[in-house]
Amino acid sequence: MEYFAIIIGAIFVSNIVLAQFLGICPFLGVSGRVSTSVGMSGAVLFVMTLATLVTWLIYVYVLVPFGITYLQTISFILVIASLVQMVEIILKKISPPLYQALGIFLPLITTNCAVLGVALLTQSKNYDLLQGIVFAIANAIGFALAMILFAGLREHLNLMEVPKGMRGVPIALVTAGILAMAFMGFAGLV
Amino acid sequence: MNQWKNFSKGFIKDNPVFVLLLGLCPTLAVTSSAINGLGMGLATTFVLLCSNIVVTLIKDFIPNKVRIPSFIVIIASFVTIVELVMQAYSPALFNALGIFIPLIVVNCLVLGRAEGFASKQGFISSVVDGLGMGIGFTFALTLLGAIREMLGNGSIFDVKFTSGDAILLFVLQPGAFIVLGYLIALINKMKKTS
Repeated sequence: MEYFAIIIGAIFVSNIVLAQFLGICPFLGVSGRVSTSVGMSGAVLFVMTLATLVTWLIYVYVLVPFGITYLQTISFILVIASLVQMVEIILKKISPPLYQALGIFLPLITTNCAVLGVALLTQSKNYDLLQGIVFAIANAIGFALAMILFAGLREHLNLMEVPKGMRGVPIALVTAGILAMAFMGFAGLV
Repeated sequence: MNQWKNFSKGFIKDNPVFVLLLGLCPTLAVTSSAINGLGMGLATTFVLLCSNIVVTLIKDFIPNKVRIPSFIVIIASFVTIVELVMQAYSPALFNALGIFIPLIVVNCLVLGRAEGFASKQGFISSVVDGLGMGIGFTFALTLLGAIREMLGNGSIFDVKFTSGDAILLFVLQPGAFIVLGYLIALINKMKKTS
């Protein structure tokens, strides 16, 4: 039941993109087509889960025993940056098709604040390891949901008659606002 | 490059938020009031200025291959300083900005200026660029915060000017997207006519 609450909370109630404003750059940047947004979501799911696992272990077994928790920001971002690099190298070796699919999105993920954000949120909510991993996966699914919904909307927007000044980013932002309004309907669910 | 041009480009012409669309996560998240926007803008300006200075001073000693990780470490150190100072002297603001203070590390604006400008230009230009971009960012966040606070709460910088209800939606999440969308459209229009 407790895991169920975490999952529903992360996907719908406080959706990482539309309610917490994390990962807006890829949300606006690569949401032009449904296929690229699926690829990006896959890469985020992979890295976010791994990053939360590793940063949790580092926080509990290195930072806390030595009393240096104020170094959390520096150590987390370094871990995430090197993790992304490592995942890229390993994927290239063992699974070229997967690398082909996720490859170009991986370097972008280092500066995706959603990954660091989830790692930090896991600590501030005092989750244990299993809760943290469930939280990370649920957030990645929430990211994918928002991303793919939004990409579908933008594909339709391309065919619409939009006033000249609103074309491109402005209309995308207003659309995202309306999508966020729809997600507000889930408030109070958990 | 003319230093004044270099400084002033961050306001409108190359405004990091309205034109370059960098650092949108904190822009949307913390601007529910003008004072939060101002605080976030100043914190980011400090990090931007300091990291630009350090990056331009040590750019000749960093091997090209490890430059991005070294920039990230430099930025993260200054972010930690901001985090600790703000926690000590302004706990209310620290709580309001929450997770977005450590997230200055992954603000693409800061890394973008370090990589795209400070690692190639001289000391004075980098300082001027950091200041100009930081002030442009602060200006954008404060403007957005002021508009949202005005529409959603009927006040600016906590000074109330209406007695009745305001449109609460604008201080909630959808309001952030919608106000920024219309602001960008307005700036596009202004740029075309000028």
